[in-house]
Amino acid sequence: MKKIIDKIARYVFTLSGFTTSVVILLIIGFLFSEAVGLFKNPIVEDGYVLALNKENPVEKLSAQQIKELFDEEITNWKEINGRDLPVETFRLEDLTKYYSEEELGAEYEYAGDKLGEIIRRTPGIVAFVPKMLIEGQQDVYLVPDHTIPVGDVLGGTEWFPTATPSPIFGILPLVSGTLWVSFFAILIALPFGLAISIYMSEIAHPKVHKVLKPIIELLNGIPSVVYGFFGLAVIVPLLQQTFNLPVGESGLAGSIVLAIMALPTIITVAEDAMRSCPQTMREASLALGASQWQTIYKVVVPFSISGITSGVVLGIGRAVGETMAVLMVTGNAAVIPSSILEPLRTIPATIAAELGEAPAGGAHYQSLFLLGVILFFITLFINLCVEVVSSRNKFQK
Amino acid sequence: MDGQINKHDERFIQYNKKKHLVQNIMFGIFRLFSYGIAAVLFCILGFILIKGFHTISWEFITEAPADGMTKGGIWPAIVGTCCLMLGSAIFAFPVGVVSGIYMNEYAPKGKLVNFIRMMTNNLAGIPSIVFGLFGMAFFVNYMGFGDSIIAGSLTLGLLALPIVIRTTEEAFKDIPNSFREGSLALGATKAQTIWKVLLPSAMPRVITGLILSLGRVSGETAPILFTCAAYFLPQLPKSVFDQCMALPYHLYVVATSGTDIEAQLPIAYGTAFVLIVIVLIMNLTANFIRRFFVKKTR
Repeated sequence: MKKIIDKIARYVFTLSGFTTSVVILLIIGFLFSEAVGLFKNPIVEDGYVLALNKENPVEKLSAQQIKELFDEEITNWKEINGRDLPVETFRLEDLTKYYSEEELGAEYEYAGDKLGEIIRRTPGIVAFVPKMLIEGQQDVYLVPDHTIPVGDVLGGTEWFPTATPSPIFGILPLVSGTLWVSFFAILIALPFGLAISIYMSEIAHPKVHKVLKPIIELLNGIPSVVYGFFGLAVIVPLLQQTFNLPVGESGLAGSIVLAIMALPTIITVAEDAMRSCPQTMREASLALGASQWQTIYKVVVPFSISGITSGVVLGIGRAVGETMAVLMVTGNAAVIPSSILEPLRTIPATIAAELGEAPAGGAHYQSLFLLGVILFFITLFINLCVEVVSSRNKFQK
Repeated sequence: MDGQINKHDERFIQYNKKKHLVQNIMFGIFRLFSYGIAAVLFCILGFILIKGFHTISWEFITEAPADGMTKGGIWPAIVGTCCLMLGSAIFAFPVGVVSGIYMNEYAPKGKLVNFIRMMTNNLAGIPSIVFGLFGMAFFVNYMGFGDSIIAGSLTLGLLALPIVIRTTEEAFKDIPNSFREGSLALGATKAQTIWKVLLPSAMPRVITGLILSLGRVSGETAPILFTCAAYFLPQLPKSVFDQCMALPYHLYVVATSGTDIEAQLPIAYGTAFVLIVIVLIMNLTANFIRRFFVKKTR
């Protein structure tokens, strides 16, 4: 009996030992299967098609061109290798402007014919219409659709996931926003983190240390949404006043909040690393006549540099993945930032802000999962870096 | 000759003075920064606690939001957060503790343990929004739970898992081997040793880890955005398949969207107040248990 229980226990323990690995595999699997679907979507919304007049020599349109056509940024076909013709955009709603309801029929049964008529008689037209209506029509050129190209997504500089007829999923503004904010956050946090961890491990009286340690822990425990709220209520107006900005929500506000949030991670790891420096090394340095400060920056810091590095890298990881605080203070403008004082938008914030509105299974939904995959790999890469750095540390000892 | 020595001494004294000046300046800066971070914490806490204190009243705690979130209380959000904490605890605690024990007691030392530890560390490093995405794809859509407390709890449980595993593993690592050998020598099986000897002595630290993970779970917003949280629900959830409100999400909603942000501000401060108090309580309890335990073993 005893032995059976022992065996069962062994199986249970072994099984649950692998939970984390299984979870990671599941996460990878599910994120990927959703994200890959994005590249199977056609450029133009499903079930719709772009129709041109037969005389128009333009054969292919990219997502970018389609968007510019419908935004009236391209007003003449010669801008995209066509003839010198003014562009006339046409959406299904416009049909009622040309024909009365009687002419279209009670159930729109003549809508297809009328559409064909309009397209045939307007040479510069580009019509965004349901495939069903237009398919039977003669002498209408349907722009052949292809799936969303990988290059346009990974290298695209515009993010307009809800644009019709063709949404644009260029992730560069989001990636650069994320890196920009995290970079500045670490730039702010680094001197503070180093100074405080040195102070706590080398200089502070044990009594002071006893006070500071719980403070750092508490700082780590405050929920990110509270940081976001604090940023929104205090830092954003402050920045707006100091820099005379039109809006206070900016990359800098995000960086400051992120710096405060990344500090506890950096401090804890770096302090642990410095504490693990053997006392004998400090004593040897002091005995040679070095001052305490010289000992710190010539002996203790070089000794624990790999631990300090992994602390900083973990801090970067925390900053890159942070969602709510950034969502609340950065202003969420999906453009490639040219200065840190402008509103910008990070990958996590984009997912949080848009997933609620994206219909499940659609291209927008899948593009957000693609962002999740990218985020996942960024953090995975960061974690592996930490792993490598800290294993080198063990070797050193 | 004498003059040379004096010159040398003078230079040495100069150098020493400079050395100490540099040291004093650097240490001064370090001290300033350290007190600075304490000041930052007190700023955040003080700001929210003082501003939120005016809102806190018995009605604020026990009533549902009213008038487009400009009046009323946050009771459904408090209940929702408690449900989520409880749900994630039910999932994460047993699994986390057991797999922490596995890593320390059963798994063959070497590559396997290192691999599992690496996976656990990776899981801990995954951003919470990715958990939210996964929760939505897996629990909500694939498993068909819909937006519900159970989907939210499981997602949050995954988030808490690495913390629980890590603390359990460390707690068991620090138990001296003589405990294990003594028990095994008396004829106990490994399972009995773990249950009767190791678990009780590791308990205080394991519990500390559990409380800290609960504190983390209570404040997370991103994982529940798409798996559980409701914008506004006047009634309390009736089953685990209902949506619920949650404190952090409520704070986000009240602070950033809504009909009248100015009028919602007191509610936001009050909600932040309650959230901070929960985190404070969790941290203090964990600290208390840790200290109590340290004293006992001395």
